[in-house]
Amino acid sequence: MANILAFAEQRSGELRKVALENVTAARALADATGGEVHALLVGAPGIAQKAEQLGKHGADVVLVCEHDALGDYNAEAVAALAAERIKSGGYRVAVFSTSAQGRDLLPRVAAKLGVGVVTDVTEARIEGDAVIVKHPINIGKVIATASIAGTPAVIGLRPGNTTLVENPKAAKVEQVQPVGDPSAARVKVKEMKKGASAKLDIGEAPVVIAGGRGLKSAEGFKLAEDLADAFGNAAVGATRAVCDDGWRPHSEQIGQTGRVVSPDLYIAAGISGAIQHLAGMRTSRTIVAINKDKEAPIFKIADYGIVGDVAEVLPALTAAVREARKSH
Amino acid sequence: MKIAVCVKRVPDMDARFRISADGTSLDEGGLKFDINEPDAWAVEAALQLKEKAGQGEVVVLSLGPPAVQETIRKALSMGADRGIHLAADRIPFDGFSIARAIAAELKGGGYDLILFGKMSPDSSNGIVGAIVAELLDYACVTAISQLEIADGKGSAKRELEGAQEFVEFTLPAVLTVDEGLNTARYPSLKGIMAAKRKPLDSKPAQLGEPMVTIKSLAMPPARPPGKIVGEGAAAVPELVRLLQNEAKVL
Repeated sequence: MANILAFAEQRSGELRKVALENVTAARALADATGGEVHALLVGAPGIAQKAEQLGKHGADVVLVCEHDALGDYNAEAVAALAAERIKSGGYRVAVFSTSAQGRDLLPRVAAKLGVGVVTDVTEARIEGDAVIVKHPINIGKVIATASIAGTPAVIGLRPGNTTLVENPKAAKVEQVQPVGDPSAARVKVKEMKKGASAKLDIGEAPVVIAGGRGLKSAEGFKLAEDLADAFGNAAVGATRAVCDDGWRPHSEQIGQTGRVVSPDLYIAAGISGAIQHLAGMRTSRTIVAINKDKEAPIFKIADYGIVGDVAEVLPALTAAVREARKSH
Repeated sequence: MKIAVCVKRVPDMDARFRISADGTSLDEGGLKFDINEPDAWAVEAALQLKEKAGQGEVVVLSLGPPAVQETIRKALSMGADRGIHLAADRIPFDGFSIARAIAAELKGGGYDLILFGKMSPDSSNGIVGAIVAELLDYACVTAISQLEIADGKGSAKRELEGAQEFVEFTLPAVLTVDEGLNTARYPSLKGIMAAKRKPLDSKPAQLGEPMVTIKSLAMPPARPPGKIVGEGAAAVPELVRLLQNEAKVL
């Protein structure tokens, strides 16, 4: 029997989708050995009401730590608390996400515990004394199977890689105290600026419309945004070249030095498919490419391609998608 | 201001990688290597801080086989002052081991800042910087895309998913550098000449036992071949039909 800890990532008091992915994956690991899933939920007072949502996806227990200085991401305080809970709870595996927050948190927690850590995990299982994980290396061109020795193992799941499963459990809330004084952290968040309103994030959206130089200008991205609107569940991403030119913010950059996404549907508009870009989207479930150059490398990994000018094809696709969604 | 920058020698990702006969490493034959790009941004950030302050020292550190000295020389040719080579037969996959060796070297060195690139594309873990920070008990800010240092304090911007976080931190600190902070300078001819005479110490890396080991490597499953649906807007109805009936994503 092995209990598994799942980190319940939140931002501004709302659970992030990766929190539910962590709980879902932790549930699968726990069920394989007959253990329990304990979720760790850290935030400002009131965050405890999110416990129910974690229960829905399989948390038996929700460890809740509420403190005024824990509303924004407080790396030092959260790492200290997570390490202390993982140690005292005797967990076999601690499951985080390789999100921006998780990436920051994971190595700190592993260092405090003196245990092995692997990020960007696409599969995990417990095998005897070891935790075996799959982890893409060399921008996804090679898949490593790695063994994490010792207990606990700290892993960061690749965001978007875990399909959410509902598996209702009790979600018994246990209040826990911060370790030390969270207000005394050496790094403090002064301000959080959110991107454009309620727009979906490229890492969470089921559909990603990505644009490249083929969209011609910052204004040209209106075509991608219109298509995203037509889908209703889509986010707009961009290539590195476009972000370097300042057409789009780097937070939307998909690729080797940007974000890695694996949505259900990825539409590459005016993207040639440089290796640097493919690194960030090659695991998308369905890939559509629209490019006027029929030799563009993007067509090699696309499931469906249209050879043509994005300025002509995107508006037609937007209209067709609107029509298709209306008839649902 | 005394700044250490930790850099990694990585293969060019455009290459076609081959798995070695041992099944747990990649064949390095024919690969081109260079400094990890985010690490070059970290070197640039350190040089800019030193230039702005008008004084200070930038120390470049790299771990691995003798060939990593070339990577250190590149950073020296950009303008760093001296290099430290932590010698190991190969660069381990386990970031914790790397972090332990770096922390052992930098501990007690009086560094105000220790900079890293946010991640390397080969092992793709992005964990070394923050582990070093923990081992040295430094403040730590990861994946920064803006940086100011003044009066023993720093402020930085971090890119989150669909948001940006502005943080303040105290020195000494470990920072990892993301895209957008700067563009790394090219070494000048004068810089390349000067780098040849800059000090570069080599000493064994204190890696310790790895906590994570690679059991096997495999090529990812190939995507089933796709198809060109058609040309121009005329192909849109067929694409929509395929997305609805075949891919079932619409």
